[in-house]
Amino acid sequence: MHELSIAQEIIEISEQYLPQENTVPVKSVKLKIGKLSNVCVDSLQFCFKLLTENSSLRNAELIVQIIPVRIKCSQCNKEVELEENIICCPDCGSYDVSIINGLELYIDELELDDEMELNK
Amino acid sequence: MSIKVVERKILEKNDIVAQSNRKAFEEKNIFAINMLSSPGSGKTSLIERMIEFLRNKIRIAVIEGDLQTKLDAERIEKYGVPVTQIITNGACHLDAILVKEAFLKLCDYDFDILIIENVGNLVCPAGFDLGENIKVIILSTTEGDDKPLKYPLAFLKSSALVINKIDLLPYINSSIEVIKNNALSINPRLKIFETSCTENIGVENLCEWILNIKSENKVQN
Ligand SMILES: [Zn+2]
Repeated sequence: MHELSIAQEIIEISEQYLPQENTVPVKSVKLKIGKLSNVCVDSLQFCFKLLTENSSLRNAELIVQIIPVRIKCSQCNKEVELEENIICCPDCGSYDVSIINGLELYIDELELDDEMELNK
Repeated sequence: MSIKVVERKILEKNDIVAQSNRKAFEEKNIFAINMLSSPGSGKTSLIERMIEFLRNKIRIAVIEGDLQTKLDAERIEKYGVPVTQIITNGACHLDAILVKEAFLKLCDYDFDILIIENVGNLVCPAGFDLGENIKVIILSTTEGDDKPLKYPLAFLKSSALVINKIDLLPYINSSIEVIKNNALSINPRLKIFETSCTENIGVENLCEWILNIKSENKVQN
């Protein structure tokens, strides 16, 4: 359950971006998570909800964009998106590839709900 | 209104401490090995065999990660090497901050190799950099051939794979070739060792390799 630690970090980083004495609720936190990054999105959603209950991020929705695995083959120089987690060039079969996408674990954007006041 | 967060890495706090650990190890010329495995792979036994082989050649210290108990640390203590225990109280992985604290407890000792036994789990530890030089993954023959495909990140980030409990191969439905092929399909650079801790097979190959890359590292510094 490292999703709990990840959720904690998301909240901590997000709070750094909010104005002090924030009265505008956070509508959403948008993440980019690579398919290879070992994060179970359901557990992450669950932990995030649990941890934000009494914070300025309560009611915030966690929106996760999964980034597919993309590799560049050193043999045939092609860049391809992989369907499966087998890190191998589908064209020439070479394992000599570098991973371009799929290991991301980023917060991309916070969205505030301007029309709402955070009821204390 | 939306606030652009310019791709803030979620684990940046961990990564910063991991970098400072890495620097601290480097300054003391310590080679740190992060040992990953699922529970019951024989990781502690392997570390015991490694200590037996290495302790007359080089100074070793161990950080033991465990969910609840001190049992593993007590086992290692018997070998007379400095050991410190991290009890994670249920957390499923070590992070760089825990390792930093554990390393501080070892600062009275001089040693060359630091073995970090991570919590038995192939998912979470793979995501957390501890500042180690290499990750070594231990997989026992009883765990099934398809583990590498199920836990790609751990295999992708490791430098070596130890296939342990090879003495059990005659009794189980598992193929060492399939394990190897699956592991190499995730990470073709993996160095693979086959070991049995009960029969003390293969451990010296692993240790010789570690001594070798440690000395190569020295040349680079
Ligand atoms: Zn190719």
